[in-house]
Amino acid sequence: MGEEILMDIKKDYVLSKLRDEERIDGRKLDEIRPIEIETNLISKAEGSALVKLGDTQVMVGIKMQPGEPFPDVPDKGVIITNAELVPLASPTFEAGPPDETSIELARVVDRGIRESEAIDLTKLCIEEREKVWMIFIDIHALDDDGNLIDASALAAISALLNTTVPAERFGLGDDFPLPVRNLPVAITSLVVGDKYLVDPTRDEMSVGNRVITITSDKDDNIVAMQKSGSYLLSEQKFYELIDVSVEKAREVRELLKEI
Amino acid sequence: MNEMDEGLGVKGAQKEDKKEDIRLIVDGKRLDGRDFEELRPIKIEAGVLKRADGSCYLEMGRNKVVAAVYGPREVHPRHLQEPSKAVIRYRYNMAPFSVEERKRPGPDRRSVEISKVSREAYEPVIMKELFPRSGIDIFVEVLQADAGTRTACLNAATVALVDAGIPMRGLITSVAVAKVDGVLVLDPMKEEDNYGEADVPFAFVIRNGRIESIALVQMDGKMTAEEMKTATEMAKKGAMEIYSLQREAIMKKYGAMEIEEE
Repeated sequence: MGEEILMDIKKDYVLSKLRDEERIDGRKLDEIRPIEIETNLISKAEGSALVKLGDTQVMVGIKMQPGEPFPDVPDKGVIITNAELVPLASPTFEAGPPDETSIELARVVDRGIRESEAIDLTKLCIEEREKVWMIFIDIHALDDDGNLIDASALAAISALLNTTVPAERFGLGDDFPLPVRNLPVAITSLVVGDKYLVDPTRDEMSVGNRVITITSDKDDNIVAMQKSGSYLLSEQKFYELIDVSVEKAREVRELLKEI
Repeated sequence: MNEMDEGLGVKGAQKEDKKEDIRLIVDGKRLDGRDFEELRPIKIEAGVLKRADGSCYLEMGRNKVVAAVYGPREVHPRHLQEPSKAVIRYRYNMAPFSVEERKRPGPDRRSVEISKVSREAYEPVIMKELFPRSGIDIFVEVLQADAGTRTACLNAATVALVDAGIPMRGLITSVAVAKVDGVLVLDPMKEEDNYGEADVPFAFVIRNGRIESIALVQMDGKMTAEEMKTATEMAKKGAMEIYSLQREAIMKKYGAMEIEEE
């Protein structure tokens, strides 16, 4: 109950600040929180990254192993993305099988990587029809202070960028770096009335779960989109969000180039 | 490509697998002879199930779906009840025989996601506050799938909700736009979805005969921002056509009662 009252107070605060075009943490409406990316923290994993997006923290680990290809794409590697919202990351997360939120999170991240063709999967074929490399992208939320999606997507591509295919371990020749050729970046915004807040924090989310994630690639193509939450989005806002998301993604992509 | 992957699937689905020998646009027409902005044939029938409070059978091209609405009714388990409004539940499910290769029964990750975004499309439209502590359940079953099942299901669910007499602020109408061979096409069918470059399912809220807002939008593939805007316009036109068919289906069942037009 106390939590609910607190949420109401936060909501009023967020909305009253917003009336003056301000955010509770002093950011501009389209300003993303400071980002820190650390890679290669987990030596047991083929690639890894810890992303801090403000106080939100997500770790992504990449594991790879040979496996069977899908029959419809016999000469391509396989991407499998999974997200775990472990109870350590938030008082509202519960242990157990993935719920719709974590499934959606994993699928939206997956779509950005897959559709931007970020990984050259043709280079991950070992033996056509028999054996290809499987890439497991495991998203592990550590601290949910809002916008886990963008943090996860950023951690996923960061981890992929420093992934080494463990060929030696499986007796398949020399290790080689994972062929990454695109940099998809997801930008999530909270839609509040006729305004939107890019990269919302947990406190800002108290106004309601009304977000849209737009992922774009290095050529400014939109590669994935997901409206999430019970709300209606005006067409005008939709168009604005497309433009601002592509622009913001460009900013974030600069950080990826330093990895 | 496995049919389970239709639209925003993740399994083996690779848009880059566009086979060079498959051309989706031949002489300015689509493989099934449609124009770029032409819908597949649609058939809608309201009130097809006896036990449900509202129901609808719908065909959109080769998609065959059936929707049922139960409620407002008591919510089980009870802890899910909301003291000030109704709880909306939406379950999208594919019959094992609806696709080429048998689908394992039960919810997979794709169905869970579709159910979530579909429910979220209806939540702001259904007047939940009129039914505190109760539940409104929307069940949609895909009997045969041929790309665009989520849109077909949403269109059917809307008619089922009206058939059940659930008060709503507007009607939800859904259609997808795809990019194939570099052009945008309305309401993609299987081949266009499998080998196309992008797929964007939309759902709109239509009120007083005009499109008011976007209730659902998803996307996978590759498209420029400009194309996305054009796709939205194209989807809106398609949605208005579907809307009139939804109305027709409702009027066919209830028209005899002489409902006053707005």
